[in-house]
Order: sequence, then C-alpha cells, then structure tokens
Amino acid sequence: MAMQDINQGKNTTTHTYQGLGPSLLMPTWLMIGIFLVLPVLMMLVYSFLTKEFRGGVIWEFSLNAYDQFIFDRGLFGDDPPKMEWTYIGIFWRSILQAGIATLLCLLIGFPTAWFIATRVGNSKSIWLFLITIPYWVNLLIRTISMKFLIRENGPANEFMMSIGLIDAPLQMINTNFAVQLGLFYSYLPFMVLPIYASVERYNFSLSEAAADLYSSQWVTLRKIIIPTVKPGIIAGCILVFVPSLGAFLAPDLLGGAKSFMIGSLIEDQFGGQAGNWPFGAAVSMILLSMVLIVLTFYARLQSRRAS
Amino acid sequence: MSLHETNKIAIDVDNVTKRYAEVTALKNVSLSIHDNEFFTLLGPSGCGKTTLLRTIAGFEGISEGDIRLFGDSIIDLPPNKRPVNTVFQQYALFPHMSVMENVAFGLRRQKVVDSEVRKRTGEVLELVQLSGFADRLPSQLSGGQQQRVALARALAPRPKVLLLDEPLSALDLKLRQDVRVELQQIQANTGITFVFVTHDQEEALTMSNRIAVMSAGIVQQVGTSRDIYESPENKFVADFIGDTNLIDVEIVETDGRQATCLLLGNVQLICNNAKGATKGRASLSVRPERLSLGDASNSSLSGTVSRLTYLGTDIHVAVNLEDGEVIDVRVQNSEDARIPDTGDIVGLNLELDAARVLMN
Amino acid sequence: MNAKIDIRRFPGFSFATYLCLFLLYTPLIIVMIYSFNDSKSIMLWGGFSFRWYEDVFWGLEAPKFKQAAINSLSIAIGAAVTATTIALSAAVAMLRAGHFRGKGASLGLISLPLMVPEIVTAVATLIFFSAIGFASGHATILVAHIVFCIPFAYLPIAARMQGIEASYEQAAQDLYATRFETFRLVLLPLVLPGVISGFLLAFIISLDDFIITNFVKGAGIETLPTAIFGSVKQGIKPNIMAISTLMLLVSVVIVTLSYFANRSGQGKK
Repeated sequence: MAMQDINQGKNTTTHTYQGLGPSLLMPTWLMIGIFLVLPVLMMLVYSFLTKEFRGGVIWEFSLNAYDQFIFDRGLFGDDPPKMEWTYIGIFWRSILQAGIATLLCLLIGFPTAWFIATRVGNSKSIWLFLITIPYWVNLLIRTISMKFLIRENGPANEFMMSIGLIDAPLQMINTNFAVQLGLFYSYLPFMVLPIYASVERYNFSLSEAAADLYSSQWVTLRKIIIPTVKPGIIAGCILVFVPSLGAFLAPDLLGGAKSFMIGSLIEDQFGGQAGNWPFGAAVSMILLSMVLIVLTFYARLQSRRAS
Repeated sequence: MSLHETNKIAIDVDNVTKRYAEVTALKNVSLSIHDNEFFTLLGPSGCGKTTLLRTIAGFEGISEGDIRLFGDSIIDLPPNKRPVNTVFQQYALFPHMSVMENVAFGLRRQKVVDSEVRKRTGEVLELVQLSGFADRLPSQLSGGQQQRVALARALAPRPKVLLLDEPLSALDLKLRQDVRVELQQIQANTGITFVFVTHDQEEALTMSNRIAVMSAGIVQQVGTSRDIYESPENKFVADFIGDTNLIDVEIVETDGRQATCLLLGNVQLICNNAKGATKGRASLSVRPERLSLGDASNSSLSGTVSRLTYLGTDIHVAVNLEDGEVIDVRVQNSEDARIPDTGDIVGLNLELDAARVLMN
Repeated sequence: MNAKIDIRRFPGFSFATYLCLFLLYTPLIIVMIYSFNDSKSIMLWGGFSFRWYEDVFWGLEAPKFKQAAINSLSIAIGAAVTATTIALSAAVAMLRAGHFRGKGASLGLISLPLMVPEIVTAVATLIFFSAIGFASGHATILVAHIVFCIPFAYLPIAARMQGIEASYEQAAQDLYATRFETFRLVLLPLVLPGVISGFLLAFIISLDDFIITNFVKGAGIETLPTAIFGSVKQGIKPNIMAISTLMLLVSVVIVTLSYFANRSGQGKK
C-alpha cells in the first residue's frame, strides 16, 4: 500500500482509475466551487458595498460595514467616532458561551464515550445506538423540546415545585442560562462520537503497562489515556465549538432579546427590519475568519502529529 | 516434470527498471521464461519479486525496458488486455459472488457464450476438486478451498501464462505441502507457463523447473534448483539458499576454474569449484552438511566447540576457529555419531568438491 | 470479576453516561408524552388522546404542513441522490485514481461545507442567488442542500472504500473486465453499504436543515422545519409536539436503517 501511495512513475497503471481523477472530481468542483466558494467570495465583496435600506446593496465601495462594527458615529453618522462595544460584546459573549458549552460537553462527553467504548458485545451496540439517535434528530425539534421543558410553567418547573425544591417557578427561559443549556444540549452528541472513535482504537495494554508500573488509575488517565485519545478530544471540541459559535436556533428560541449571539445578529441583518446586507456580510466574514483560524490551528496540530 | 520439447520463450523481460518516487524496485532486470515452465521468483521481502510479477500482470507500469509475451510487447496494454491471469496472495475472491460466479467472471468478460462458460467452469472446478462447492460464497470456504477457487478462477480463461503471487503463504504448513504437489501436477497437465513468486526457498526448490533469485531489485542468479544450491554464483545466493558457512580466504593462485586458497594465513586448500576467481580476498562457501568432525591431530583445520544445538534429525555444532570465526557443522543424529562436548577441540574436514569460492 | 482490578473502569463514568442520556432524552420524551395529551393547554395533563395527530393530518393547518412535508421530502430525496452520486464519483477519484494535480485541494473542497459555519453558508448563498438574480424557491433550496450534503455523503463512502483492498479490482481487470465493468461488478457492490449510509445521512441532513433553507427559500415556499419554526414563533402548540414526535420517529427509523446497512456490509467480509 505504502508503495502504491508514493507511486509516481510515468508509466504507472497501478490504480484502476488512473487518469480519471480530475474528471471524476469535476462535479464536486463545479457544485462546491460555484455554489459555495463563489458565494463566499461574493459575500466578501458585499461586505464592502453600501447598504440599501430595504435589503440589498448599492454597488458603491464602502467601509461602513466594518466601521459600524467597531465605531459609533451617531444616528446620522457624522458625530466623532466612539468605540462601539455592542457588537464586540456580542462576539465576546458568543465565544464565551461556545467555550463554556464545549467545556461542559467535554466534561460529560468524555466519560460517556469511555464508558460506551469499554462495554462489550451487544451492550456496546445498544449504548452506541442510544447516543447516536439524538445526533440524527432534527436540531430544531430538539431545541423546541428544550424550550417546552424549561418554560415558566413547563414540566421542569412543575416537577421541581412538586417535590418541594422550589416554591415559585424559576425563570429559566429567555435567559443566558437557557442559551447555555441549549448549546450544551444541542452539540453534546458531537463531542461523544469522535472521542468514542478514539477510545475504540486505544490499546488497553497501555493501561495495563501503566498499572504494572505502579501508576494509579487517575494518573493513568492523565498521563496515558488522555494524551493518547487527544485527537478525538480535539475533534470533538471543534465539532462543538464551531457550530456553537454561529448558533442561531438556541439563542433565538431559548434566549431573550438580551441573549443575542453572532448567529442572531447575522440573521437580523437579512430577515429582520433592521436589514443591512453589507453589515451582515461583514459580520459573517468576521465569524468565518475566526472559524478558519481555529481550523488552521487544528490542521497544524494534526500535521505536526502526523510528522 | 514438464517436457521441454520446445525452448520457446513465453515471457521475455528485457532490461526492465522500475522506479518509485524514492526507491528503485527493479534495476535492469532481464529474464527469459520458457513456455511450459514452472518458473519461480525467489527472494526476501522487498527484493522486487512481487513488483516484477505485477509489471507482467500490468498492475505496475515500468520506467524503462520492455516486457514481451511470446514475442509481442505488452507494456502498453492495460491488465484487462493481457492474456495472463493472476492468483493473488490473499486470493482477492469477490466476496459478493459465488464460487461459480467468481470462476466464470473472466469468461463472461471475454464474451464466451453461456453454454461454453458453464462447461469450462465445471471443468476447472473439477480440476481443483471443488465441483460440489459452486454455489458457496467465498466466506463459506476454508483457506485451502479459497486458494483452489482463486486458482480455478485464474485458469478458467486459459491464460498463456499464470502468475502466482505467494499463493501458499496464507495456508498452514501441512496444507501447503499438499498444495505444492497439486500445483505442480496442474502445471504439468495444463501445460500453462507458471510464474511463481515466493520467499520460501523450500517451496522454490521443490516445485520449480528454474528459479530466479532476486535481491534489492536485481536478479542474482537464474538456474535449476540444483544449480542454485550447489553452485551459487555469489555470496547472497549462497547465504540465502539453505545454510552455509562463508569462510574468509585469500586466493594465492588461480586459473579461473581452480584456486589455491589460504585459510587463517597458514592452511592451504585447493578448490575445484572456483569459476571466475581472481587473486585476493574471497569467501569460501561450505554447506554445514558437507563438513565433518574429526580428531584435531588428523586435520589441518581445528577449532573449539562453542555450542551444540539439538534439532532432532541433526545436531548443529558451532566450532570457533582460532581467529574467532564460527563454523557451523551439521552432524547426523545416528547411533554411531560422535557428538563432542562444548569446549572440546575438534578437527574439521571439508569436502573440497562441495566448497565454492565466491569473490567478495 | 473484581471491579477494582478492571483497568477500564473509572468510578463516576457510568454516572456521567446515565446523566448524558438523561439530558439528551428527557426533553424528547416529555414532548412525546405531551403530544398525546388531550388537553388543549400544554401545561395540564388531560388524558391520553390522538387528537393532535388527527389535527396534524386533518386539522386547520394540515394543508400547510402537508405541503411543507412534500417539499421537504422531495428536496431531501433530490439532494441526497445528487449528493451521493457526486460523492461516490469523488471518492473513486480520491481513493482509486492515484496521484493527480489538485488532489490535496480537492479534499479541502469536499470538506469545505463542513468547515464553513451554517449561517455563513446561508448568508453567502442568499447573496449569491440575489446577485445573479436567480429567483428563490425550490431550485435554490435544492442546490444549497446538495452542496452541504456532499461531505456527509462522502465520509461513509470513502470510509468504506478505504477498507476495500485494491486487489479485488485488480483481479477483475486481470480477468478482462474493463474499467467500467470493474466499477459496476466489483467496486460498486462492495462499497454499496457505504453508499446507502451516505445516502441516508445526506437525506436526513437535508430533511433537518433549517438555517440555510430559511435564508434561501424565498417567500412562497416552506419546508417542514421552516413551517414548524414559523408556528413556534407564536408559542408551542400541541400539534407541533405531534409533528415533532413524528419527525423523531423518522430519524430513529433512518438511524436504524443505516446501522443495519453498515452491519450487513461488515458481515460479508
């Protein structure tokens, strides 16, 4: 196999479909190139255009969208610029909430993944199946279910009151707590599955060797297991952090007006009355850049591991 | 054994070089494989034998040279246009097809008519004694049976040459020995040229008409089993085939066929088996079974027994010469055999006709 | 067995697992239970009933949801079929065609829809279609769905294909099969479980999508998620819980199918 991989001889016929690569990839290139790469480039262009008031743009170069993100120039745009903290604040809170969600998911997800991966035979398949189902269930429906559960007069409050834990319903819905819970709940399966895949490949004789060399279980966990399954942990963290950062459903359905996240801010520029396409495009570009930075960092880590 | 009434050449490998990005797998390899021959490519893993086979099959292109099949160059043909078939190392039986469908696969691709396909499929399955298994899936067969199906599948289209890529390596020892005999019979009966790749010298020596010993992408020697075992042309072949002692010697006089060798600076031997020898440093290859032990006082060569290894039929005796070189002697385990103890000083007797001078 | 000497066991891990499942399932199960609630109020239990399911199929909003379901299904089938075909072709190129220029970049391109946040894809697609003056509707949704379904279809197909040794195809070619015959008779049947998994994954990803659809759909057309979202804006009514329960069932059926597709493939090896 290794030999074939480096096989670059000019007269090579090793691969069954040698030479057909580019044509077989043509549909992929066309589809993703035209309908994703081109749109993203166009979005970049739009972020430098002038807004039109009922949505859309005027084809005139302008830095207003980015300027608006950072500076406040008053209602008519002619006051001296002051720092505008609203949008930076939204970004900061989004990063914080996505980070907390990632941490919480890791805290619950790692032991779960480990537990499932160490089951044997049929019971393992059943556990895995149970954890996979929520992964496939519509995110909208899951978020609605959560909304239903934690409403003011919802089952969660009712239950806690009936057992005497609280006297009056807790205000959970429309709070930052609800958004946090929603993010954690939405992306928890995304943490479990990649870690599970890593633990599956873990060679348990490493643990035995550690134990044989007088390591306690927790030391083994810290010094042997976690470093070994790290690729899975990092993959899981990215799979939770990235979508959390751009989440729209959880803040929109569970959070109130004060729990704006980046996703809601972007949606507002295209769906709501405040429609400002160049600003929406600019915010999207900033979000995309942040995600690409995270992913590049991840790719670096991976390639360093590989080499 | 098959008859060599014609010396027609089935495959002519002409100065073939195969380079990968960083390694050269075949270096100017030239070979002629005769029609109706059981020809074996033998060598350690990574020697290029499988690569050579795959260039003949068409799975690998070549960088330089030419490969001719009965006189016609085939290097520009894709594998499906080459009238040669392969038995793969792990058989590569199509797991989703029955035995029958596997065997019929090549015939169907050649657009052979249905009735003929059935007839020939039946014939080859009978040849490999699997007539009752036509409807089984490969996963329902034992390893030995899978191996036969792979053979039947490759034979069904009646290829001009059959290529076998270590086909016995996945079988257990007992089965392997049975299949060897069978393979030879099938080769003799069908008259198809077999090109057989193996790293197992016993397999090669017992089955082949001729063997090409390969190492590091180079053909070291081509010859019959006897040629290769008894007259190795270089140190690699001598060392790789069977066990041998390679003793450092100095050639003091030679006429290119016979040589006078100096051992340890003082023991003089005259070897008749010294083709291509020149004056200077060389090695003397002596098989352990061609050495015997005697009294130190009666032999010109003596040493100290350093280790005895019991092997059932034989006993290996390691004798240290005075310069530290270790010589292996194989003593037959019989009633009257004289087995020394470690530490004994013994004499070594060489059968000079079986000793071969090899240049460094 | 003495649990203390089991090196795989960590105290508290089983508790975390139960907690994880509890958190994941409680909201879903509660909604399922309440979807059978006879009471018009969603707060009080008024006895077991199928009335909200009847309402979904024959009630006031039934035509709207029916149309939305038809749209969702037709788009999901179209997107999954197209994306799976494209992904299969891409997998053959990436895993069976050796080296060629642009191979590394292609892998990046295939996974690009996974890397770009959904909302960014949504914005970009909206801007693109509006800029080229393409009217929003069925076609725009379908195109957008095909694009982000490609990597989801690709992953299981490529994973499967990677596990198939090249020697099967070499054997086929050795036995006089053309490249197309090799694909049709050997590679395709062997990779089929992966293709089915990829198709199902793409299908459900398309069926579930809300954000991108919401951006590119235009005014006249709804899919199930956008229709449900519109409804929920006015508060969660019991019929929404009934629809949710039905969609949940669809998901469970599809996971089960994909699970068995994968298993049947492994058994044959």
